[in-house]
Amino acid sequence: MTTTSTPKSTGRATAFSERTNPVRGEVLLEVEGLQRHFPVTQGIVFQRQTGAVKAVDGIDFQLIAGETLGLVGESGCGKSTTGRLVTRLDEPTGGKITFQGADITHLNRRQMRPFRRDVQIIFQDPFSSLNPRQTVGTIIAAPFDIQGIKSEGGTRKAVQDLMARVGLNPEHYNRYPHEFSGGQRQRIGIARALALRPKLIVCDEPVSALDVSIQAQVVNLLDDLQDEFDLTYLFVAHDLSVVRHISDRVAVMYLGKIVEIAARDELYNHSRHPYTHALLSAVPEPDPDAVKRRERIRLTGDVPSPLNPPTGCRFRTRCWKAQDVCAEQEPPLVQIGAPGHLAACHFPEERDVV
Amino acid sequence: MFNYIVRRLLQMVLILFAISAITFFLFWATPANPALLICGKDCNTERIAEVNASYGFDDPLIVQYGRYMSGLVNPGGRELGSEGSQEHCSWPCLDRSLQNGLQVTDSIADAIGPTFWLATGAAVLWLVSGVLLGLLAALRKGKWLDKLSVGLALFGVSFPTLVLGYLLVFVFIVKGGLLPYPDQANSSPSAGLVPFFQFYILPWVTLALVNAALYTRLTRANMIDTMNEDFIRTARAKGLGERQVVFKHGLRAALTPIVTIFGLDLGALLGGAVITERIFSIQGLGKLSIDSVLGNDLPVVMGVVLVAAFFVVFANIVVDVLYAFIDPRVRLS
Amino acid sequence: MSTTASTEPVQPSGARDASAFLEVRDLHVRFPTDDGLVRAVNGLSFSLQPGETLGIVGESGSGKSVTSLAIMGLHKGSRAQVEGEIWLDGDELVSMRVEEMRRLRGNKVSMIFQDPLSAMHPFYKIGDQLVEAYLVHNDVSKAVAKKRAVDMLDRVGIPSPASRYHDYPHQFSGGMRQRAMIAMALMCDPRLLIADEPTTALDVTVQAQILDLMNDLQKEFNSAIIIITHDLGVVAQMAQKLVVMYGGRVVEAGDVRDIFYRPEHPYAWGLLGSIPRITGGGDRLKSIKGSPPSLINLPTGCPFHPRCDFRDKVPGDACVTDVPELLQIGGTPHAARCHIPSPERQRLFTEQIKPAL
Ligand SMILES: Nc1ncnc2c1ncn2[C@@H]1O[C@H](COP(=O)(O)OP(=O)(O)OP(=O)(O)O)[C@@H](O)[C@H]1O
Ligand SMILES: Nc1ncnc2c1ncn2[C@@H]1O[C@H](COP(=O)(O)OP(=O)(O)OP(=O)(O)O)[C@@H](O)[C@H]1O
Ligand code: SF4
Ligand code: SF4
Ligand SMILES: [Mg+2]
Ligand SMILES: [Mg+2]
Repeated sequence: MTTTSTPKSTGRATAFSERTNPVRGEVLLEVEGLQRHFPVTQGIVFQRQTGAVKAVDGIDFQLIAGETLGLVGESGCGKSTTGRLVTRLDEPTGGKITFQGADITHLNRRQMRPFRRDVQIIFQDPFSSLNPRQTVGTIIAAPFDIQGIKSEGGTRKAVQDLMARVGLNPEHYNRYPHEFSGGQRQRIGIARALALRPKLIVCDEPVSALDVSIQAQVVNLLDDLQDEFDLTYLFVAHDLSVVRHISDRVAVMYLGKIVEIAARDELYNHSRHPYTHALLSAVPEPDPDAVKRRERIRLTGDVPSPLNPPTGCRFRTRCWKAQDVCAEQEPPLVQIGAPGHLAACHFPEERDVV
Repeated sequence: MFNYIVRRLLQMVLILFAISAITFFLFWATPANPALLICGKDCNTERIAEVNASYGFDDPLIVQYGRYMSGLVNPGGRELGSEGSQEHCSWPCLDRSLQNGLQVTDSIADAIGPTFWLATGAAVLWLVSGVLLGLLAALRKGKWLDKLSVGLALFGVSFPTLVLGYLLVFVFIVKGGLLPYPDQANSSPSAGLVPFFQFYILPWVTLALVNAALYTRLTRANMIDTMNEDFIRTARAKGLGERQVVFKHGLRAALTPIVTIFGLDLGALLGGAVITERIFSIQGLGKLSIDSVLGNDLPVVMGVVLVAAFFVVFANIVVDVLYAFIDPRVRLS
Repeated sequence: MSTTASTEPVQPSGARDASAFLEVRDLHVRFPTDDGLVRAVNGLSFSLQPGETLGIVGESGSGKSVTSLAIMGLHKGSRAQVEGEIWLDGDELVSMRVEEMRRLRGNKVSMIFQDPLSAMHPFYKIGDQLVEAYLVHNDVSKAVAKKRAVDMLDRVGIPSPASRYHDYPHQFSGGMRQRAMIAMALMCDPRLLIADEPTTALDVTVQAQILDLMNDLQKEFNSAIIIITHDLGVVAQMAQKLVVMYGGRVVEAGDVRDIFYRPEHPYAWGLLGSIPRITGGGDRLKSIKGSPPSLINLPTGCPFHPRCDFRDKVPGDACVTDVPELLQIGGTPHAARCHIPSPERQRLFTEQIKPAL
């Protein structure tokens, strides 16, 4: 018999070679003046627009291939919306998104398809993003099926490998989402996002539902996968300690704007923006007696609404350093201190908070 | 939303246009020869030529189609026929039947009544019984009531309409004598409510059974899924009574997909329920369409197809708009 | 032996703790599934005084949420099998009828659920869902309830609460939903508040406000709070008592300082060792090796044994064959469930674990 000498290319191998792999250090994703305003309307049949939630209101940043950009900020400031925009699950109302040189700002669903497997998202609400009628196995296998990718040993084995990698018991292959605990549901979402080995993963609070030990495992896993496959992460989280561990750079958002962005240690040790100070000072320390020792900056004053953001600096209604100029002029995001350290404040200064 | 509705209505007009064209040209692609039909028994080539000329069957198809459509596009309707049989046909003009010379608009208007009563009555019946049974089954999941309704549903789905219809006729009318033989005069409620119900009860049951079974299954499945949702747990955690949990929180969410399907099913039925109308000799759209197809009666075929398509497409629009009212998540996007 | 004098089993064989506001005694919760019986909670006991805050930490999937649902009586009518006793202010909840339980829910005891998007009804306005929670237990007009709802939304820090009242859950950000959920749980000033991961979706400044709010509530109504969280910083700040769960059991319990400064169970050591520090760099995080136990085939003996680094400190195969008892340490409320004798555990902690923390 003739031995088949032609190398049998598995679906995965061919699919991979077609894709241009990003070179470490190149700009993978660029966002300029990104904006998303949600119209607020009244009436159902005859709708009148009565205002807009300015969820993301003109932000710029770059993602370098192979890096992790941490995104932190007040709840409701537009982090998830930003994540949904760069993965194009939502369409910007302004600005531009460039992925590997291609303008993807207004691509429609069909045009986005080639980018879909390159750009994945891990959702913040694990349960509601999982179809309650599908077993976990089906959910994780879905990306394989949609993109028509076969892997050796069958999809089932690939899925069970993934489950094991994110710390799920592969024997739970046939269970439904509601039978899992909160943290387990989150890991299902992670496994699903990893299935296609994308280039960019937006992680929207991927570990906040996990206990610290599994959180450590998942963070390490994300780290390993990044090294192995040159992944780039946009990592949204509230746990500033986790963000410090995983990020190369960190951006701080407040009410639809980036107010400070810098390399990790620069940001944690030499932050300049008052909101960043408030944030870092409020991190609860895992030490019952430390609570009294540390000085937390309590934010007082009106919590501004994205429906009607304050003039000038958006933080001024709660800033203890605010002057008249803060209400009149919006502080630009400019370089302060080390290269790559930008902050938007009229009176930036360092403060020891960590 | 208003813009959306307008856009959808325009879309509907286009779809109906396309359907009319497809029906028209498909009809002529078949070997059917309407002239032969019209000229009747003592037919000869001369007479056929005459018919062809007076009905315009000689003209190129596109001209014939244009003439047909002029009655729908032109708000003034159009003039029909030639020689002594000229008459005005006002908008929306669907031409005249080749078989009996009646204006199609009038035939449809007559047939739509019985079909409407048949379809809506059956729809109410299957909706109420399907949802109720499904709900009970879901709430008593695994108990005998659930098993019973699942069994009934299976039975209902697999029971052929034709058999069921004739069986009912046999048992209740022919053998049992419990109901009078159907009389067309009772096909509208103006004939009195009792005769009206006597006329329709068996057709309703016949037409509703399959859907009732399907809706039972659907409601049961949706309701079981919904009662597993986290928000149901929240509703209980608030201290709400079980009735409020089930009806206000559970059913509301579980019924949403059913509303969609119901709208579409009803829309499809308004175009005529062929089998049921035939069994109970109801002079509805279904019967009209069968007669016209068998008789190669192009104008009536066109009319019936357009009316049926209108109901289907319109039901789609109504359902989509309704959905926006029910589910706030689709409202914005 | 003298050891028995100082290491009392903390088991529910004794009399009930009369002063406790909440007492859970030997609670078991099991779910029959297609794969087999899931033993989510296996003989859990703890108690709580009025005005006190108990923190529950533990592995994801260790039965924390299932326990809270049992206290809320939310397993009733489902296929879950619940055994044991839960005493709340003199009433036993496991055997209580749903109808009676209903009057307590959302009123005397209420709960903040994990995963707030799916926990709210997608078709009703946020405000209306809050109003509903108030109207069930209070005979007031809709207007009064509405005012209360706007008030509560304001207190949890939702900007422009009066107009956001009309939003649907999907229009809120993750953290705003969580705050709405908290507002809903606090509508009726509960005497016992179970907060299941109440602040995971919140940034630290808002988190601090919410924790302050819960403290205020506690002071005002002398409420008891159970706070379930993975954030050991939050526990350190909020709780007086702490319970560490593993595989559906308490493996260590005690005063919060006992567990942060003198932990004795190897799982607790692993947990404390895994905490990421704000001062840390980008190095790898430490974690406990292995994966969570299967609750269908719980490991025999000590459920932690497949992952434990200290099995060699126990002579023979006791870790694999015998379930260790939860034993009190030196007559204090501090207790741990491990075969290694307490003095040895203390030595191990100070010599091997503490320096690495
Ligand atoms: N309805 C159910 N059917 C079957 N198993 C269930 C069900 N509910 C929970 N479980 C299982 O019970 C175990 C405990 O779940 P629980 O939700 O209490 O975990 P948890 O401690 O709250 O975890 P997390 O911190 O991740 O929220 C999990 O392994 C889960 O898979
Ligand atoms: N579909 C929508 N319609 C209207 N407003 C929306 C919609 N989605 C988000 N928003 C609003 O946009 C703002 C930003 O929301 P986003 O979810 O991006 O916040 P976030 O930074 O992720 O907050 P969190 O940390 O709480 O998750 C919020 O005020 C939110 O209410
Ligand atoms: S610009 Fe003014 S208000 Fe804004 S952060 Fe700086 S000091 Fe505060
Ligand atoms: S009993 Fe044994 S296995 Fe369990 S924690 Fe103690 S030493 Fe480890
Ligand atoms: Mg978010
Ligand atoms: Mg939980």
